Amino acid sequence: MESLAEILIAACLVISGIFGIVGSWGLVRLGDSMQRLHAPTKATTLGIGAALIASMLYFGLLKGNLSFHELMITLFLFLTAPVTANFIAKAYMLHHVAKGDLPDTGRQCGWAGYDDPPETHPLD
Amino acid sequence: MIHAALIFATACFTLGLILTVYRLAAGPNAADRILALDTIVINLIALVVLYGIWTGSQTFFEASMLIAMVGFVSTVAYCRFVLRGNIIE
Repeated sequence: MESLAEILIAACLVISGIFGIVGSWGLVRLGDSMQRLHAPTKATTLGIGAALIASMLYFGLLKGNLSFHELMITLFLFLTAPVTANFIAKAYMLHHVAKGDLPDTGRQCGWAGYDDPPETHPLD
Repeated sequence: MIHAALIFATACFTLGLILTVYRLAAGPNAADRILALDTIVINLIALVVLYGIWTGSQTFFEASMLIAMVGFVSTVAYCRFVLRGNIIE
């Protein structure tokens, strides 16, 4: 006597587990640091999003008190994952990519992290 | 059915935590270790949320929200330290 809600919640939980394990396995399996950056920032974020949706459905449909806390956490994680990925990529580049290998920026200022910031705003 | 799916998801995230700890120990450079720490935080949030479903209590959302915020700030601070040698300039 499984209702549709239970099937939906169980499906969300299984999806979250699969994406979580794929992200963490990619972190171990992939060869290069920049390739490794892909797996956790995308797959694991998606996995935790599915887990939070399952939690929201569980408390909303079965327990009867619907709340949107989980959507807030999902939104926060989806907003911060690209920022952390950018920071980690910059931290990697500074020590492993030579300045001469980078393409020209086409602006007055050079690449952030390699050169000092310009005195005036570049769009002025 | 939810019970079995909950056990499956918890096992997946726990296994992911173990794999991430391996990368944290073996990671060849600092960027890998920062990424491993960030993934540990994400896996922990998932485990806390799943534990909240398990016990049926909504108290754990505040905890997971706080863990998410602290994880983001610590990752950014660590990256800035590697980038500039200083966190607040």
